[in-house]
Amino acid sequence: MSTNLVTLLPELVLTITGVIVMLAEPLIAPGRSRKPLGWVAIFGTLVAAIMINGQRQFTNIHGAVQGFYGTLQVDTFSVFFHFLIAAIVIVTLLGSLDYFEGPTTHAGEYFALICFGATGMMLMTSSVELLMVFIGLEISSISTYILAGFRKGQATASESSLKYFLLGSFATAFFLYGIALCFGATGSTSIAAIAQGFATTQMPLMAWLALAMVIIGLGFKVSAAPFHVWTPDVYQGAPAPVVGLMSTAPKAAAFAVLLRFLFNAAPMFRDHWITLIQILAVLSMCLGNLGALRQRDVKRMLAYSSIAHAGYILVAYAAFPQEAVAAVCFYTASYAAMNVGAFLVITQLTGFNESARTLDDYTGMALRRPVLSALLGLFLLSQIGIPFTGGFFGKFYVFTAAIHSGYTTLAIIGLANSGIACFYYLRLLAALYTRPVTEPPTEAAPAQAFSPAIGVALAATAIATLMLGIFPNQVLHLAQRATPINMPPAAMVSVPPAP
Amino acid sequence: MNPDRFILSQILLTPLVGAAVLACLPEREGKKLHHVVALAFTLLTFLFTLHLPYHFASSMAAAQHAADKFGTQPFAFESFHPWISLPLREHPFVLASGINYHLGVDGLSMWLVVLTGLLAPLGVLASWNAVATRTRTFFVLFLLQQVAMIGIFISLDLFLYYGFWELSLVPMALLIAIFGRTEGRRRAAIKYFLYAFIPSAILLVAMIWLYTRTGTFDMPVLQVLAAGHGISPNGHALWLCSLAFLVAFAVKVPIFPLHGWLSDAIVEAPTAAVMVLAGKLGLYSILRFSFGLFPEQSRHIAPLLIALGALGIVYGALNALIQDDLKKFAAFSTLSHVSFIALGIFTFTVSGIDGGTYQILNESLIGAALFILLGLLYERYGTYDMRDYGGLAARHPWMVTSFVIMSLAAVGLPMMSGFVGEFLILNGAMQSIAAHHIFWTVVATSGVIFSAAYMLWMIQRVFYGAVGYRPSEIAGFDLTLREHLELCPLIALFLIMGLLSPYWMKSIDTYAAATADKPALFEPSHIRHVETETYGPTTATPFVDPALGAGALGKPAPATNPGAKY
Repeated sequence: MSTNLVTLLPELVLTITGVIVMLAEPLIAPGRSRKPLGWVAIFGTLVAAIMINGQRQFTNIHGAVQGFYGTLQVDTFSVFFHFLIAAIVIVTLLGSLDYFEGPTTHAGEYFALICFGATGMMLMTSSVELLMVFIGLEISSISTYILAGFRKGQATASESSLKYFLLGSFATAFFLYGIALCFGATGSTSIAAIAQGFATTQMPLMAWLALAMVIIGLGFKVSAAPFHVWTPDVYQGAPAPVVGLMSTAPKAAAFAVLLRFLFNAAPMFRDHWITLIQILAVLSMCLGNLGALRQRDVKRMLAYSSIAHAGYILVAYAAFPQEAVAAVCFYTASYAAMNVGAFLVITQLTGFNESARTLDDYTGMALRRPVLSALLGLFLLSQIGIPFTGGFFGKFYVFTAAIHSGYTTLAIIGLANSGIACFYYLRLLAALYTRPVTEPPTEAAPAQAFSPAIGVALAATAIATLMLGIFPNQVLHLAQRATPINMPPAAMVSVPPAP
Repeated sequence: MNPDRFILSQILLTPLVGAAVLACLPEREGKKLHHVVALAFTLLTFLFTLHLPYHFASSMAAAQHAADKFGTQPFAFESFHPWISLPLREHPFVLASGINYHLGVDGLSMWLVVLTGLLAPLGVLASWNAVATRTRTFFVLFLLQQVAMIGIFISLDLFLYYGFWELSLVPMALLIAIFGRTEGRRRAAIKYFLYAFIPSAILLVAMIWLYTRTGTFDMPVLQVLAAGHGISPNGHALWLCSLAFLVAFAVKVPIFPLHGWLSDAIVEAPTAAVMVLAGKLGLYSILRFSFGLFPEQSRHIAPLLIALGALGIVYGALNALIQDDLKKFAAFSTLSHVSFIALGIFTFTVSGIDGGTYQILNESLIGAALFILLGLLYERYGTYDMRDYGGLAARHPWMVTSFVIMSLAAVGLPMMSGFVGEFLILNGAMQSIAAHHIFWTVVATSGVIFSAAYMLWMIQRVFYGAVGYRPSEIAGFDLTLREHLELCPLIALFLIMGLLSPYWMKSIDTYAAATADKPALFEPSHIRHVETETYGPTTATPFVDPALGAGALGKPAPATNPGAKY
């Protein structure tokens, strides 16, 4: 088996799955359920996960391998994020099998787009060449732009999609500009070559600009303040399962790219970018949490909370490289578990039409849907950072990394913020469990049981949330091993002397 | 197999299993299924906790051997398992690195575990009729709260401890939010949570900072490091760190200016929850962690805490005097009592710490009895307003007897448990070098008078005089068999603990002797050591030069008569 194929196997499988779903869609009669397509997509993602496991074994034996002229690299780092993205996608697909029932919802395209999006995200985490990263970013972004507008006919959905598209393309342009400046400063777009180029560059100003541009571009993708303004509107309008996906998987991929870029390509500018990252982190935590305090719409509130969580993750970037990588990996994983879980529950509680939106709609939910409310409670507690949940250990790990490298103030700001944050999570939690002042008139409507597929998805996220909090050893071990390795630039990429 | 090895895990897990079982049982209108199951599990837990005092001495003796080898404090019933591997590169060889599942009790925590075990079944009994709807939610949360509290008392790993510390907030906040009495319950719950959570978040920073300096979360190891000034040479940072610890704990106690959440939470919370709300968690944490990890800083800040304690006693008592709402009255009397304990432990004398620890047990029992009795009144007459009551003594002879005995225990009548604790605390305050000033002791002593005043006046207003507005409308009834069962153990304990205090003091003293300042340490082995240094081995009567202790703290020696041996 050639190494080229090894580096691209999971992406290939997912692309083929997506194409099969697209091709099979017209074969199903118009009125029929599109659910089998969902199962095909799930099966394809599972096969991709097996391929990722193959990659893991391959790297265990051979170490990191590069393919396609040094543009793709499979190492423990990429394997970690591949697994994470595959898991998120499988859970999201399971959770949205019933969501898109109905003739007008275009379920086939939905499943295919998720597969294509996952391809792009995975590509981002295994690329060591900025142009390749850009291609991955575009694939994943375009899929999510469309997914955001999937509740057609709703004004908020169109707003969500268009806003995401316009601001997203703007940010991508920043990223591309950053790549161009990198090329200008170093003569290459390969991360390893950029690292060498930065070390010897005669144009530090251009290099700093490039750095800033890349950070801005990726900062938009991870919705770090002050590039966060799109987040609440987009999350509010997009379908709930899609929000669960796009608040975790593309963000994980963008964080991975940021890790590779900052720690592999620009380690000698650490003093410069660390200031930038700290500003972003503090702004994201503060603006995210303060913004969420004012929200009464649950999805908007969680959107602001996701901004705050991006801030917590950015805190880790200030730490020593190895601990930073492990902390970011662990936090993205635990955040994925609790956030995908929370949006799955919201999907179930509100349905396609999003019948429950504000805090008032959620009041007394525990009396009608006890199991779902208990699960939502668990995910919210994890987001607050209550011990024995993944959210707590993630925060603990991030702040341990930060304090260990001397950024105690950053940690204090972060943890004080988590104190502010618990106010709005608690408000939702208290609403779930208190009796509404006026009994809702639709009490007669029976609480429909959810299907086994959703049961599996919910159980998986809940167990993952608890396991990451109580027995984090295994994931921790994977995260600690997931160091982005910077291999020497491929022979064909030569570094020209700076003019 | 020796049960000592897993008895603590067993005590911790029994209520957790109980909560899981209760969560699976279906809820039926008007059935007491959840009450019965919860009672069974809490009684079982209580039985397990009784194992501890019976085998404490033998287990402690066994632990002493190992402790001497490593130079750590001994802990009974220890169990130690590696949990999360989180090695720091600079400290690869530290004993007990990373995060461990480390449980153990000593003279300080053992009786608190038993106390938690005892209060839980009483809490279930107190909720027998009071909680009629959503019983499943109530008892699951109640048992989870018990798990968290027991976990706090028995964890010897800072990470594990912090886990239970934070966890203890959630069920309590939910109990208040769901089962609160008035429409203000959500506000009260969120207020309680925020008051406790924000300082706890800063506490986490301090804990992580300690961890990054030492590479371990293990309490015995950290204690050895702290005693040998091995944590960090950065005195400034250590000070901030100790403050973070102290503030987080002081809020939970609550100590005087940080008590804002208390009256709201007590007014709202149901009886079973309010019984375990204040006092022991925070006070225990101060004794174990603030004193254990920051011995010097705690001693330096002690005068401030003694002053706050004395102010809290008076402030709480004066506020209790003017309340018309019985729950608010109870909240401020609780504040007054826990301030008394805070004053006692910060004297750093053996009798102060002994008395303080003993008083934690008393105060919890007295508080439990008070809240149960108030709950009974509310169940009968549906109000907490004192002005609506009056003249109940003739109607409820048993109830008024219980009320009076509880009050006498609370005001510290000799032969009752409160006397032992208060006497020791005041005695310690008089001896203490940390207290500086006799003024605060005098202020604190006034608390005894105040507490008699507000307690007896409350009884007078509720039970004597003309029959009040409510009792004239509703025909109440005296204590039922179940209510007798709730109150009898408490009332018996008030007497037993007043008369047989050495039984408890014996184990508490092992902790106090190891923590208090050396000058007041009347323990034979240490005395002999001191004597050989100063006076030679011939003196027979124990005598300690106060100048030694003052010298250790860098203060001028108090004037003494050199010939006097007292």
